[in-house]
Amino acid sequence: MAFKQISSPHAHASQNTAKVMQLVLWATIPGLIALTIHFGWGSLINVVLATVTAVIAEAFIIKLRGRPVAFYLKDYSAVLTAVLLGLALPPLAPWWVVVVGTLFSIVIAKQLYGGLGYNPFNPAMVGYVVLLISFPIQMTTWVTPLALLPDGISHPGLIESVQIVFGGLNPTDGVTGATPLDSFKYADGLLVDQIYAQNPLFSQATIAGVGWEWVNIGFLIGGLILLASRIFTWHGPVAMLAAIALMSILFWDGGSSDSPGSPLMHLFSGATMMGAFFIMTDPVSSAVSNRGRLIYGALIGVLVYIIRAWGTYPDAVAFAVLLANFAAPFIDNYTLPRTYGHTDRRRATEKEED
Amino acid sequence: MKTWVTPGGVHPPENKHQSLTMPIATLPLPEKLLIPLSQHIGTPAVPCVEVGKKVLKGQKIAEANGPLSVPMHAPTSGIISAIEHRPIAHSSGMLAPCIEITSDGRDKWKKHDGFEDVENATPAALVKAIGEAGIAGMGGAGFPSAIKLSPGYQRPIHTLIVNATECEPYITADDSAIRERAAEIIEGIGILSHILGNPSNIMIGIEDNKPEAIAALEPHVVDTGISVVSFPTKYPSGGEKQLIYILTGKEIPSGDLPADIGMVCVNIGTTYAVKRAIVDGEPLISRVTTMTGDACGINRNYETLIGTSVSHMLANSEFNQDGCSRLVMGGPMMGFSLTSADVPIVKTTNCILAPSYEEIPEDDPAQPCIRCGMCAEACPVSLLPQQLFWYSQADDHERLEAHNLFDCIECGACSYVCPSNIPLVQHYRHSKGEIQKARAEKVRSDHARERFEFHQQRIEQAEKDKEAKRAARREAAEQAKAKAAASPDKSASTAGGGAADIIAAAQARAAAKKVSPEQQQAKFERSIAGAEMRLQMAEEKLADAGEGQTDEQNNILTAAVEGARQKLEQAKGRLAEHIKQHNGEQVD
Repeated sequence: MAFKQISSPHAHASQNTAKVMQLVLWATIPGLIALTIHFGWGSLINVVLATVTAVIAEAFIIKLRGRPVAFYLKDYSAVLTAVLLGLALPPLAPWWVVVVGTLFSIVIAKQLYGGLGYNPFNPAMVGYVVLLISFPIQMTTWVTPLALLPDGISHPGLIESVQIVFGGLNPTDGVTGATPLDSFKYADGLLVDQIYAQNPLFSQATIAGVGWEWVNIGFLIGGLILLASRIFTWHGPVAMLAAIALMSILFWDGGSSDSPGSPLMHLFSGATMMGAFFIMTDPVSSAVSNRGRLIYGALIGVLVYIIRAWGTYPDAVAFAVLLANFAAPFIDNYTLPRTYGHTDRRRATEKEED
Repeated sequence: MKTWVTPGGVHPPENKHQSLTMPIATLPLPEKLLIPLSQHIGTPAVPCVEVGKKVLKGQKIAEANGPLSVPMHAPTSGIISAIEHRPIAHSSGMLAPCIEITSDGRDKWKKHDGFEDVENATPAALVKAIGEAGIAGMGGAGFPSAIKLSPGYQRPIHTLIVNATECEPYITADDSAIRERAAEIIEGIGILSHILGNPSNIMIGIEDNKPEAIAALEPHVVDTGISVVSFPTKYPSGGEKQLIYILTGKEIPSGDLPADIGMVCVNIGTTYAVKRAIVDGEPLISRVTTMTGDACGINRNYETLIGTSVSHMLANSEFNQDGCSRLVMGGPMMGFSLTSADVPIVKTTNCILAPSYEEIPEDDPAQPCIRCGMCAEACPVSLLPQQLFWYSQADDHERLEAHNLFDCIECGACSYVCPSNIPLVQHYRHSKGEIQKARAEKVRSDHARERFEFHQQRIEQAEKDKEAKRAARREAAEQAKAKAAASPDKSASTAGGGAADIIAAAQARAAAKKVSPEQQQAKFERSIAGAEMRLQMAEEKLADAGEGQTDEQNNILTAAVEGARQKLEQAKGRLAEHIKQHNGEQVD
């Protein structure tokens, strides 16, 4: 009788990478729904277009690298990168913006570094930053939230949206406008109360900015689902959100004309919640230990706030995440957990135990 | 009772009910039994029988070879039919020296008696009997029990922990043994407690998924000072380090043994074997082994003779080979796969698992590590498995050691949860082997370098000494010449004068070499002081050794004391003689 030689353990949990990726994909749905309700079909078109581009690009590169295409495509990692980028891009952005960003994410930021698991930077954020620097106009043109559309004007329908994205059709006047972070940043000389009273983006909102608050709540719900499914631990997201809250409380000077904005605005505007639960939680490019992720998350939170408050860009999640990616291996060296039977934590760089 | 919670851990499906539907059975007597000479940590035993010799059940067939070895006994009566290398149950599928016994079918015991008065037997005698019974830890590692039970006077034991955790899925050997043999197990624990000087704290650690076993133990521990401590089921709570932490909240420092913090931890199967050895005089020749898995029609526990082949067990358990995805000795988490069923059950075999393809399918190919960290969440000793994997692939030994690779207990929890199906434990085993190899090579090359450097130094020193001698001789010759020049009358007869000079020089050298009587006496006194110190040390050692030692060790120490005493006498004698001589000279 002959039997196969197989290394222990023989039992395995039913979890696999594709399932993890799929679960994250499902968890983006509340955010996507909020985006679609408040900003029209644009985000959905972004997501579909980015996904198709990503899958084709990924398959092509894997083929070039001489690897089994189906095996690698089945891990859904390319789809996830594309969906996250598509959600981050402005709705109704021209198709080539989406395609260029996705290609950059998949080909340059992911596959050229060795594919899944080897990319030092978050691929979606690399794509996003490349677009933001290269095409500032397209990247800062956002759609006006549903509640603030002028009378008699609605968001373009699905077909019209497709024509805008692919055919270069100009959207009707009033359909596009600034984001809350944008308008807050450039409302010079006004007290915070005045901005909140004058700008309908704030005056008609409940906690942060019309439409945006719901998008953030959507991503928060999705993120909490992932947290409950133990896809990631609480350390990173909580540290990032706590750092943003702390910084905005610290520098909230009661609402003068120099105030960088309230904690609620910073927590529920822009890409905060998406960043905290879907972007910075990318395990490949983040710090590995729980303590490391606390530091990594806090670093992102502080950087987001610094760039929003004193930088030239209204939002900063992408920059903050990429900067923290640089720091991750360094953080890892000094945040090893204390192993059983050892009195102290060790450093990854030490030659011999003290 | 308060218990502590270990970090990490996993909850694989328990699959224990299958083998618990029926009581422990015995298999039909196999025609041949194959007893490997190494079933424990340490050197293999040495055969003390020849091929063709008739042996009785329980008769010793191989002697322990050194302190970390245990003897082997015939599991049944019959004839020694071979002493040679055979395939054994080892993850490498290697051959090892074995003794084969062809059964005579009578299963006739040799005459055996236990201790009549266990309570008044000395611990040393009991430990010796446990060693003679061939008992090695039955939980998995096979550490000789006699060694574990002799921690030495400098490590007083305050806590005895009996490991009845059995946290591996599928295995029910301990569970069923407790259900049926609780009284004998408690008796065994009593003996161990007596040997260890009645530790103040005796605990049986057991997971809460074995309520029947807990209920079976409880009536027997009343008024014994033994407590049955149950705690939530989680793999791997049964690791020695984990169990000690769960029950006491204390960690064994890395690289130390439980005895270093005053604890001894034994498997519950071992306590039963101890009872049989001490009370009944039976050596360890059988154990409870679980036969389980869907590829077998019968799932149950067997009291299995050591040396029974796995195929004999399978043949009696309605085994369906076509439906068997792999054959595992041990559990699904830490057991190792067998390439052939023609290998024997040994003292550490607690389970044979023959799963179907539905139960344990073929492993999926590994995907890239995405550093999701699920492994770190599962690790019971707080390592970072994802980092270890990364550095293992890079063969970065320094980083691996800085990440405490050698604290990995290879429980497999990380691989179990890995969504990318990476065989992490295999990578760690490989890296541990590589590092150990590199360390051994470094020691070897260091030795070689030291030898070479010492050799160089010696040659240089010899050269220098020669040079110094030459210089001294030259100087002496010149002085002699100068002397000769100063006394011209002697130099008249050149030949005779030359000879006289040489003699004079030789006398001068001898005088220089001669030590003054005072110096000589001081030297003798020093040697006496040294001899006295050595004698004192030897006596202290003998006194310290006390009762924990075997007769043989005592003999060696006594001989050392005697030797030191003789040396002292000799030194004193020499001094006395010297003084007599010296005083005589003074009288003259």
